[in-house]
Amino acid sequence: MKSSVITFPGSNCDRDMDVALKKFGFKNKMVWHADAELPKSDLVVLPGGFSYGDYLRCGSMASKSKIMQSVINFANSGGMVMGVCNGFQILVETGLVPGVLLRNKYLEFICKNVFVKINDKKNKYFKNVDNEVLEFHIAHNEGNYFCTQDQLKEIEDNNQIAINYCDENGKIEDQFNPNGSIKNIAGIFNKEKNVLGMMPHPERMIDTSLSGEDGSLFFKNLINNLK
Amino acid sequence: MKISVIITLKKDVLDPQGKVIHQTLDGMGFDDVNEVRQGKYFEIDTKETDNDKAKAKVDEMCKKLLANLVIENYKIIDPQ
Repeated sequence: MKSSVITFPGSNCDRDMDVALKKFGFKNKMVWHADAELPKSDLVVLPGGFSYGDYLRCGSMASKSKIMQSVINFANSGGMVMGVCNGFQILVETGLVPGVLLRNKYLEFICKNVFVKINDKKNKYFKNVDNEVLEFHIAHNEGNYFCTQDQLKEIEDNNQIAINYCDENGKIEDQFNPNGSIKNIAGIFNKEKNVLGMMPHPERMIDTSLSGEDGSLFFKNLINNLK
Repeated sequence: MKISVIITLKKDVLDPQGKVIHQTLDGMGFDDVNEVRQGKYFEIDTKETDNDKAKAKVDEMCKKLLANLVIENYKIIDPQ
């Protein structure tokens, strides 16, 4: 399986993602934002970080960079595209997934482990994951998911919510919502579910001695689903 | 020609920064403030000399980059 991680000026989780993808068997290539062509890929990842210093709106500049036209074409033709953290912010700015990510409700940068409940397994990202709840890491200032009421209805009707913030038992309640996101949304799909944007970082949970292994579950499962 | 753009958050979008500014103003003694909403202001200096054409271009810029229409409104101010 071939993957590509796009590096934008200011990306800082691109190499972590590279390590994670390779650890679970992807042949990964790093792709520079100013390139025009994507290498042949089964999965394209937009990594976390602070592309273009978060100027204007997080992800807005990166969403207009040269490589993104290829990424958008790839996604529109059914290719798997995953955006994590700043990558999620870039995805919403391209319009590939609905909504926006606002400043966290209590104006603080949040850096901690969270639990997320998998809302939908009829997709290549979460199909066959045994767990209902995964422990991932979040580190963001703008992760407060927002969309219009019409969009929310559409998202729910199409079952596009991927993961919700919850407690360790999978209870989705306001008190487990770290950033004020509508409906505790931590990740969302496009309509066809080949594009996934999420705030939590699975690539930070791939080593038991450093963090945890729910990211390992995620990546192992992902590569199997793509085979 | 210089064209200005003001971008504001839509009414139903939470503005935590505006809220904190409001609280701070309140603490400073400005206690008659009802609400503060924070926005953005741009000055775009363009080579275009035709007023309408320049405004149309800036309108396109707003739609494509400067504003996110899910949460923001924009207002183009006539060149002076």
